[in-house]
Amino acid sequence: MDCFVAPLLAMTAEITEMKNIVLDIDNLVVGLGKNPSGQRIIDGVSLQVREGETLCVVGESGSGKSVTSLTVMGLLQKGALVPSGGSVKLVGEELLTATDKRLRQLRATRMAMIFQEPMTALNPVVPVGRQIDEVLRAHTDLDARARRQKILAMMEHVRLPDVERIFASYPHRLSGGQRQRIMIAMALVLEPKLLIADEPTTALDVTTQKQILTLIRDLQRDHGTAVLFITHDMGVVAEIADRVAVMRYGRLVETGTLDGILRTPAMEYTRNLLSSVPSLVPRAPRAETDEPIVLEANELGKVYRERSFFGKSREVAAAKDVTLTLRKGRTLGIVGESGSGKSTVARCIVRLIDPTSGGVRLAGREISDLSRRLLQPHRKKIQIIFQDPYRSLNPRITVGETIAEGPINYGMPRAEALAKARELLELVGLPADAVSRYPHQFSGGQRQRIAIARALALDPDVLVADEAVSALDVSVQAQVLELLDEIQKRLGIALLFITHDLRVAAQICDDVAVMQHGRIVEQGPAAEVLTHPQQPYTKALLDAAPGRGWDFANFRPVEVAAE
Amino acid sequence: MLGYLLRRILAAIPVMGVVALFVFLLLRLTPGDPAAILAGDNATPEQLERIRTSLGLNEPLYTQFFTWIGKLLQGDLGMSLISNVPVLTMISKRVEPSISIALCTIILAVIVAVPLGVIAAWKHGTWIDRFVMGLSVIGFSVPVFVIGYVLIQIFAIELRWVPVQGFRSITAGFGPFFERIILPTCTLSFIYVALIARMTRAAMLDVLGEDYVRTARAKGISETGVLLRHALRNAAVPVITVIGTGFALLISGVVVTESVFNVPGIGRLTVDAVLARDYPVIQAMILLTSGIYVTVNLLIDLAYTLLDPRIRY
Repeated sequence: MDCFVAPLLAMTAEITEMKNIVLDIDNLVVGLGKNPSGQRIIDGVSLQVREGETLCVVGESGSGKSVTSLTVMGLLQKGALVPSGGSVKLVGEELLTATDKRLRQLRATRMAMIFQEPMTALNPVVPVGRQIDEVLRAHTDLDARARRQKILAMMEHVRLPDVERIFASYPHRLSGGQRQRIMIAMALVLEPKLLIADEPTTALDVTTQKQILTLIRDLQRDHGTAVLFITHDMGVVAEIADRVAVMRYGRLVETGTLDGILRTPAMEYTRNLLSSVPSLVPRAPRAETDEPIVLEANELGKVYRERSFFGKSREVAAAKDVTLTLRKGRTLGIVGESGSGKSTVARCIVRLIDPTSGGVRLAGREISDLSRRLLQPHRKKIQIIFQDPYRSLNPRITVGETIAEGPINYGMPRAEALAKARELLELVGLPADAVSRYPHQFSGGQRQRIAIARALALDPDVLVADEAVSALDVSVQAQVLELLDEIQKRLGIALLFITHDLRVAAQICDDVAVMQHGRIVEQGPAAEVLTHPQQPYTKALLDAAPGRGWDFANFRPVEVAAE
Repeated sequence: MLGYLLRRILAAIPVMGVVALFVFLLLRLTPGDPAAILAGDNATPEQLERIRTSLGLNEPLYTQFFTWIGKLLQGDLGMSLISNVPVLTMISKRVEPSISIALCTIILAVIVAVPLGVIAAWKHGTWIDRFVMGLSVIGFSVPVFVIGYVLIQIFAIELRWVPVQGFRSITAGFGPFFERIILPTCTLSFIYVALIARMTRAAMLDVLGEDYVRTARAKGISETGVLLRHALRNAAVPVITVIGTGFALLISGVVVTESVFNVPGIGRLTVDAVLARDYPVIQAMILLTSGIYVTVNLLIDLAYTLLDPRIRY
């Protein structure tokens, strides 16, 4: 087959060469503050994006990928980050030396940008139609009617439904996907040559992500836009990139075609990055056990009531008839998109919120109807780790105190609890002397280890991990998953793992329950559910998982692996 | 929205009821005979008895309360013990000066302070920012009467541009009204400019870090557009809160300024009444002040819904 592909690839390359270079970043240096000898955040980065091409810039947090894109737009925080060398040319025009006025003219007309968080990127107090209108008012002489027509046409173009209604809506009335479509419409309404997309799908659910990626692809094809696409997600890279640039610590690691980077990465860092991507193919199933059941949820339900003075009160069922069982030493995953009720279930089980119906049995004891006071002795048997390690640890309390607080509450002498904290820190791979330090002195991955140590301090039977690795970079995520696995083997703890990421679920869970609209739609062994899904929703989820065609860790497409 | 308004007005009734009860009990539960308190130290037993009968003090407490409330609802707040003038008449004479000064002060303060706060936040960390914050510290720390006397010295005595003190109703013509109100307004504005500028700056700094401000800049709209259309409107909620409560404080009386400029306002009326133990006037002033606060709070909450579409009641 190679004899056909090779000349074809060469031809494609030639055609790409011929196309015009839209963005040309040459040896860019961005420093911290105005001092030229200060720390370099971007150090000698060179990138080119051609017409109709998508260049994906991949890297972990702190790699400088966002700073690069903000430099192009001229949106760096004034005085804090300053470009001190190199050049950035947009269709031949130098941007680094351009005046503020010229940059304002170029924005939205020649270059436009969409951001990660569609929830916060739109002004909450202005209707979305007017927010798009601002672009036209700033850059064109069209009258109000023509502008409105153009906006409605653009909104239809990004496949928004019911455009007249959405035009007059405030952002909080729209879903995340609809807001991102508004952002895209706003960015592309004047047909810029360059579109910078900074993690545009990271905050979205997989099914929405797929739609948005397709939309960007289609618009790019229709208009020949050059796209600089920034992401941390190799799956997304595989979906959308023509070429890939890998960044680390503000430097360029390597660039190449999508195929080249994914199959034959030249640099060690790229290889590690790819190897850290969890595979969508479930790990080999562990043997069934007849260990005792430690956690059972029976037809668990949670209904939120919204009271209203006039009119009827509104009821929202966040969880309905959720039945789960978890045995000692096993891992049960709950997967689903945002709003599916997976976190509600986790919180009901831990009794952070009270379920409105159904029951929870923890180590054989029904706990759903216990009063706060009677629940107290049972609390220690089930512990939870939260998503964001930057917010779940109290910044004013030392790590040791945080870990020891639980045991001390349950009557352990202080000295003993602090000694235990030191042991636990070593268990999670941190130095024992970390007890006297504060959370801000640790990285995200280390903080999540601290959160795990805190949960383990009470010797729980069940550990609930609510999106515990979602905020972490892939390489760190791999380490934390490994740690959880190891702890489970050593302590025989049962793990309830809540995640939206099917790749993570495939690598850590024995069983999975797929949730949608507050109900479990499919449940069974992970190897079964994630390879032969029975329900359409599970199929759709798997189908939407970005990069499902690639087995990143082995540098080959999945089909080859299957052969 | 209309439902919310109705609910809030209904909710104000029990609040005012509790205030009324407190005001009523104030006199009745003060140690000693209310009639003796009202009549003063030199009253004869006959005078005391007359007061008791006229106030119904021989009736049971609850009957007294409902009689009192009934009169209150008809606008009968009683007679001043000192001047023997109906309290309602006394207060209504004093309302215009107080409201005029309050309105002018708040308008002037907003006009000066909001732009100052916006500019300080925009030029955060520069000398402009530090200058504005310095002004604000001065505005807070210099006592009101000092500012008042300094302004009188300069503009009324040295330059002779305006009269030294006094108040003229706006019905007497805008000129006389304006030249007498300008100095007290400026005097009072100092502290409100300081307060509102500080609040605006803090709120703007928060908002300028938001993602949608970055989006607005990425659209290539002018910096004024970014600041006013996107940032200021989002920063408005805390600023409105400060302006509203400041306004309520102003109406319910600014004794020092009224004294310095010899303005016959509510603040001085209250202080005089307290010093003279003129209980009916004190009672009326407490009711009036509570009413102003309840109303202003309602207006602030309504303003929230206009400023932020996410706030719905």
